[in-house]
Amino acid sequence: MSALDRHGVERRTGVSWRGAVGVWAVVGGIMLAVALAGSLVAPYDPAGLVGKSFLLPGPDHWFGTDSLGRDVLSRVLAGGRTAVLLAVAAIVVAEAVGCVIGLLAGYRGGLVDAVLMRANDVLLAFPALLLVLVLAAGLGPGTVVLVVGVAVVNIPGIARLARAATLGVATTGYVESAVVRGEGTAAILRREILPNIAPTIVADAGVRFAGAFLIIAGLNFLGIGIQPPAPDWATMIAENRSYITLQPWTVIAPTACIALFAISVNIVGEAVARRRSRGRA
Amino acid sequence: MPGAASSHGLIWMILRRIGVALVLALVVSFLVYAATTVLPGDVAAAVLGRNATPEAVAALREQLGLGDPFAQRYLAWLGALVRGDLGTSLAGTRMPVSELIATPVRNTAVLAGATLLLLVPLALFVGILSGVRQGRALDRAAAGVSLTLTAVPEFVVGALLVLALAVYVPVLPAVSLVSGDVNPLSVPEFLVLPVLTLIIAGAAYLIRIVRISTIEAMATDYVEAARLAGVPERRIVTRYAVRNSLAPTIQAISATAQWLLGGIFVVEVLFAYPGVGNALVTAVQVRDVPVIQAIAMLLALAFILINLVADIVTILVDPRLRTAA
Repeated sequence: MSALDRHGVERRTGVSWRGAVGVWAVVGGIMLAVALAGSLVAPYDPAGLVGKSFLLPGPDHWFGTDSLGRDVLSRVLAGGRTAVLLAVAAIVVAEAVGCVIGLLAGYRGGLVDAVLMRANDVLLAFPALLLVLVLAAGLGPGTVVLVVGVAVVNIPGIARLARAATLGVATTGYVESAVVRGEGTAAILRREILPNIAPTIVADAGVRFAGAFLIIAGLNFLGIGIQPPAPDWATMIAENRSYITLQPWTVIAPTACIALFAISVNIVGEAVARRRSRGRA
Repeated sequence: MPGAASSHGLIWMILRRIGVALVLALVVSFLVYAATTVLPGDVAAAVLGRNATPEAVAALREQLGLGDPFAQRYLAWLGALVRGDLGTSLAGTRMPVSELIATPVRNTAVLAGATLLLLVPLALFVGILSGVRQGRALDRAAAGVSLTLTAVPEFVVGALLVLALAVYVPVLPAVSLVSGDVNPLSVPEFLVLPVLTLIIAGAAYLIRIVRISTIEAMATDYVEAARLAGVPERRIVTRYAVRNSLAPTIQAISATAQWLLGGIFVVEVLFAYPGVGNALVTAVQVRDVPVIQAIAMLLALAFILINLVADIVTILVDPRLRTAA
């Protein structure tokens, strides 16, 4: 694997890759800013009926209006926030639960370890989207299902990673000396082990955030998550696709937003992963 | 030829894999049943809506057996499932679930089958070629495109294709209105955009894995030895590299087929294609619990089965794994 990183792409140190990462990092930053703060600069109320239906792009409505006469630009500017925040919430919940399980499994072993491995096997026998859909059948559609479902999907993987990282540092000198000092398990896990596995966990969390965003977008598209009339990129694609021939911008604008956001997160994540694997090598 | 001892080990390995798959199926059935019936919210009330009379809710609860203890209900449901009895839909005409989902199952099988038939050879071809020509133009182009495409969700790819091929250059229908029991194969124009979407969204992963395993196989000592012995390069690729990258490739094909089971929902909904994904999403929205349970179990079983078959085939084609047992 000398010249290859874990994705099997050669590490080209040439200008083209770095340049591309730089461009995509800027794009990602802009998209994140749009997602989080876009609603502040939206010219109209994103849920308000502000004009005629199906207006094509013009000076008053840069991206035109949708079937109900809502301003597409305002909806796009406001439509990323909830999905991004839900993805963050899901990953934060998953990391909190997963790290606790992983730390205990790695440090104590035994039953937690065995249960963890089996739980992971079971989850691997289920497409993530199907799992959240089944949960939605029980809990009913809504944002709670998105956070719970996406967290559940991620917990075993995070726990496994945390476990492996914990195993790596559990026998180091500083942990052993803490044991000799007579410190309790909780204190050792929090003060000695957690800070040392944190970089691994954080790098992994970035990749998981990208995955969580995509699952959440998919579920919103399916109508399981964020409910209309709330503005959301994926929901916009779903609600406007029947009118795509009348006013294509209602679909083009949110499609471009999801694509640009997803690609930039993926490429920046890939760049971080490459740098880390180079650092370790 | 494997001797008596190793073929014994082989059968044992395969039996073990089958056992694990059965246990997984059982656990998954429990989870599906639990998630759809135990979680908060009265299913009977949710299905009938706000204006339901208390009598109707009570009758539906009776039909669902919600008064019985959980373990008893689960076992009754599992027993019926094993016998092939999927229950009765709660929505509309109260059709038997097996009748209700028969056509969607066929339609989804057609869509998934057509996608795999095109996607797998294409991905193998591009993957092997970019592996052999590592670092050259084709390889770099494929790597760039696949890195970009793996990030983009299916419905975004699909929406872009609709914009391109149904709106701006209107050559294909934007939705796949396959009605009733028409076999989608008889109206292939409805299949083109869904299949294309799935191929574009799914090929990148398979290409990556095939490429990396080809590169690894081409870097081995025996390929070097074959080169020094003057074996033509084309023959090295077909005879040594491809064969030795078979095991990871089979696993990657299985992972692609499994991804397809998840990705197909979204594409079916996007194109209004009447398959199980669409049926499931509709059932979730109206909380038609028996239909949800049936489709979820069906997809999970397909998922487990794909994994099992891939594992067994891998064991059979790769002698190294056999001796490792």
